[in-house]
Amino acid sequence: MNQILLRQDLVPKIHLFKVAAPKIAGKAQAGQFVIVRIDERGERIPLTIADWDRKGGSITVVFMEVGTTTCRLAQLGAGDSITDFVGPLGLPTHIEKFGTVVCVAGGFAVATIMPIARAMRQAGNRVISIMGARSKNLIFWEDELRRVSDQLIVTTDDGSYGRKGLVTEPLRELLSGDGKISRVIAIGPTVMMKFCAKTTEPFGVKTIVSLNPIMVDGTGMCGCCRVAVSGATRFVCVDGPDFDGHQVDWDLLMARQRIYLDEEKRSFEQCQCQHGTKS
Amino acid sequence: MAKLDLNRVPMPRQEPEVRAKNFSEVALGYSLKQALAEANRCILCPKRNCVAGCPVNVDIPDFVKAMREDDMLAAVRILKSKNALPGICGRVCPQETQCEVACVIGKRGAPIAIGRLERYVADWERANMSPESLAPELPKPTGKRVAVVGSGPAGLTAAAELAKLGHSVTIFEALHVAGGVLMYGIPEFRLPKEIVQAEVDYVTSLGVELTLNSVIGKIDTVDELLESGYQAVFLGTGAGLPMFMNIAGENLNGIYSANEFLTRVNLMKAYQFPEYDTPVKVGKRVAVIGGGNVAMDSARCALRLGADEVYIIYRRSEVEIPARREEVENAMEEGIQFKLLTNPKQFLGNDQNWVVGMECYQMELGEPDESGRRRPIVKEGSEFIIDVDVVIVALGTTPNPLIAQTTKGLKTSKWGTVVADEETGRAEKPGVWAGGDIVTGAATVISAMGAGKLAAADIDRYLRGE
Ligand SMILES: Cc1cc2nc3c(=O)[nH]c(=O)nc-3n(C[C@H](O)[C@H](O)[C@H](O)COP(=O)(O)OP(=O)(O)OC[C@H]3O[C@@H](n4cnc5c(N)ncnc54)[C@H](O)[C@@H]3O)c2cc1C
Ligand SMILES: Cc1cc2nc3c(=O)[nH]c(=O)nc-3n(C[C@H](O)[C@H](O)[C@H](O)COP(=O)(O)OP(=O)(O)OC[C@H]3O[C@@H](n4cnc5c(N)ncnc54)[C@H](O)[C@@H]3O)c2cc1C
Ligand code: SF4
Ligand code: SF4
Ligand code: FES
Repeated sequence: MNQILLRQDLVPKIHLFKVAAPKIAGKAQAGQFVIVRIDERGERIPLTIADWDRKGGSITVVFMEVGTTTCRLAQLGAGDSITDFVGPLGLPTHIEKFGTVVCVAGGFAVATIMPIARAMRQAGNRVISIMGARSKNLIFWEDELRRVSDQLIVTTDDGSYGRKGLVTEPLRELLSGDGKISRVIAIGPTVMMKFCAKTTEPFGVKTIVSLNPIMVDGTGMCGCCRVAVSGATRFVCVDGPDFDGHQVDWDLLMARQRIYLDEEKRSFEQCQCQHGTKS
Repeated sequence: MAKLDLNRVPMPRQEPEVRAKNFSEVALGYSLKQALAEANRCILCPKRNCVAGCPVNVDIPDFVKAMREDDMLAAVRILKSKNALPGICGRVCPQETQCEVACVIGKRGAPIAIGRLERYVADWERANMSPESLAPELPKPTGKRVAVVGSGPAGLTAAAELAKLGHSVTIFEALHVAGGVLMYGIPEFRLPKEIVQAEVDYVTSLGVELTLNSVIGKIDTVDELLESGYQAVFLGTGAGLPMFMNIAGENLNGIYSANEFLTRVNLMKAYQFPEYDTPVKVGKRVAVIGGGNVAMDSARCALRLGADEVYIIYRRSEVEIPARREEVENAMEEGIQFKLLTNPKQFLGNDQNWVVGMECYQMELGEPDESGRRRPIVKEGSEFIIDVDVVIVALGTTPNPLIAQTTKGLKTSKWGTVVADEETGRAEKPGVWAGGDIVTGAATVISAMGAGKLAAADIDRYLRGE
């Protein structure tokens, strides 16, 4: 049982949990994830490790309410416990001194890109971060991300804050500008990662994306998380989650994310949690 | 003495039409009367051929004799002195190729149903004894610590044996439940999970510490375990990496590895969705590719979930089917359709990326290959299409590379199995032993247990400095 030490509601439907998990905290590295199962009847779902406290023995996750498990998680708070919390899973993000690295985050991924931006900076890179949200009220951790970046660009789809438009626009400008960009890391919703990869491809800048297929065990045992990269089948939970965005078969990934749409809907309708969450 | 009955007492089973719709156990078990009638067929022969046929040499005539003398407790003791998990082995051992094939009665009629008798005794124990009452007196702790990685039959057996020798044992298990394939692979209707759980509880009652949700290679490496105070590490991580065919369309929606399908159904209880939150696609027309126990289990699960048609697609003929005969017969009775001498060429999908069909070749059998079985050969121009909406690929598994990749100096074969001494389980790396499917590739419960037992004995010698 892993106790929730702290809960923060960052913006509507996006929450932060600090969870007691001393062993995982001792090992976690940027880019890895945990698998969470709320209770005996729950599903196993992956969440990226957004931060860790090795001394205090805790792991931070940030999640968005999208369906049954994430909504039921959002009903928990400090003092509650999560039955299963497994990690750190997946391979850490490859960190190295590349030169200038652009970190692009969409939605809740502002939290998950934080440790990567931080590690890239510590490795001696110049870090330019771009964060995008639908609207001003969904922006969080702007200051935190600015602190670990040499430059920060904020976009909103509706123009209510920062630049109006999608993250791909400032990304394209940076790539066409004078400064050499050595590497791009893009994390967020699948379509956003896909279009970031499409944006960088003509410039030939290596673009790493963190894939989010449906998973079960997270240890390479089931093959549920399989994707096609460079034409070969790879298991995201053990071979990833980071892959070269120019080599990913995006249509396949998106199709496989939709396998259980009907069941998810049914489960969500039955679940009580849609009637308002604890805030 | 009464004339020898050449037929075995039939096993009461749920009727095919009934059981095809539920997940309850198919074989219901003998009554006392039936068990005694079967036990009385045994001639307690002095040569004991049957004992030699059992990989762990259960003293079969001795426990059968105790049954006949109505001393069930003695029967339990005799059984358990060689086999820590009789309730499991009695149900899933391939007896027909092990103990029973060696029984002398088999020369004239049906061999003694040793597995069924074993099951009877184990079930009697579970119904009549508390788990503690049979726990052996534990010796004085030796102060030595052993880490067991994986809680399948190999790991559970090694842990129990080591604990009985006074060592302090911790099992590290990647999943949220202990038992390995017994929990996530073999379905409830063939091996009730309550029985596996009882065996796991027995192991922890010996003082073994069970640490779930711990993926070794990630949370700790084998080297870190050795550095952190474990004097020996036993690897029993099984062969859990599913194989695919690498043919076109294999990543279409609706195509599962057997591991994924069975894990969703058995471990995550998808058959009780949405009470349990993990879904599985039921499918109207389900094709299962393969002919082993895993394929039979997958097909019978698909049927029980409510599929209209379930096919077994197997590239050789009926005689080569590697699954247990009993399970093949059960599957046929339940209405699973066998498409033999058939092999997939590619999968066909619709515009939503869902599988809708499978193009197959007709096969014929040629000369025997290295495995001694006749080699299947494609009949050119024989392609035909089977309409399906769910496919389960059950073509076997290899060891997960995680441990090998993260352990310095561990030797592996080209199939990814860990190289270990057959008699002792010793791996090439000092302080490390391995046994079960991780060494042999996918095999049997009893062979994994046998390997766990041999390794435990050798670890004990090592810890005592012999
Ligand atoms: C490596 C990885 C890291 C992730 N990190 C985060 C994170 O830090 N924060 C966050 O909010 N989300 C993260 N996700 C996505 C998160 O796992 C899903 O949002 C969650 O599983 C949805 O479950 P649900 O029951 O709430 O919704 P559902 O209604 O069940 O599903 C909504 C959608 O989520 C996806 N999904 C469903 N079940 C699973 C599953 N078992 N595994 C993966 N995806 C699934 C499907 O595409 C589905 O359509 C990550 C996913 C992966 C693979
Ligand atoms: C569907 C199916 C049906 C079968 N039917 C039969 C049958 O009828 N009769 C029979 O005799 N045999 C049968 N078998 C085969 C039998 O189950 C296996 O041979 C046996 O379980 C192997 O035991 P094991 O202990 O080596 O490994 P497993 O049972 O595979 O257990 C390995 C355990 O190690 C864990 N693990 C893996 N990696 C790690 C890690 N890095 N860290 C921590 N833990 C880890 C796994 O989660 C698992 O719990 C069947 C197998 C399947 C899949
Ligand atoms: S353990 Fe298996 S092989 Fe041995 S006697 Fe029992 S059923 Fe037969
Ligand atoms: S060989 Fe058959 S008849 Fe003889 S002791 Fe064994 S089970 Fe009994
Ligand atoms: S989630 Fe099962 S193999 Fe990746």
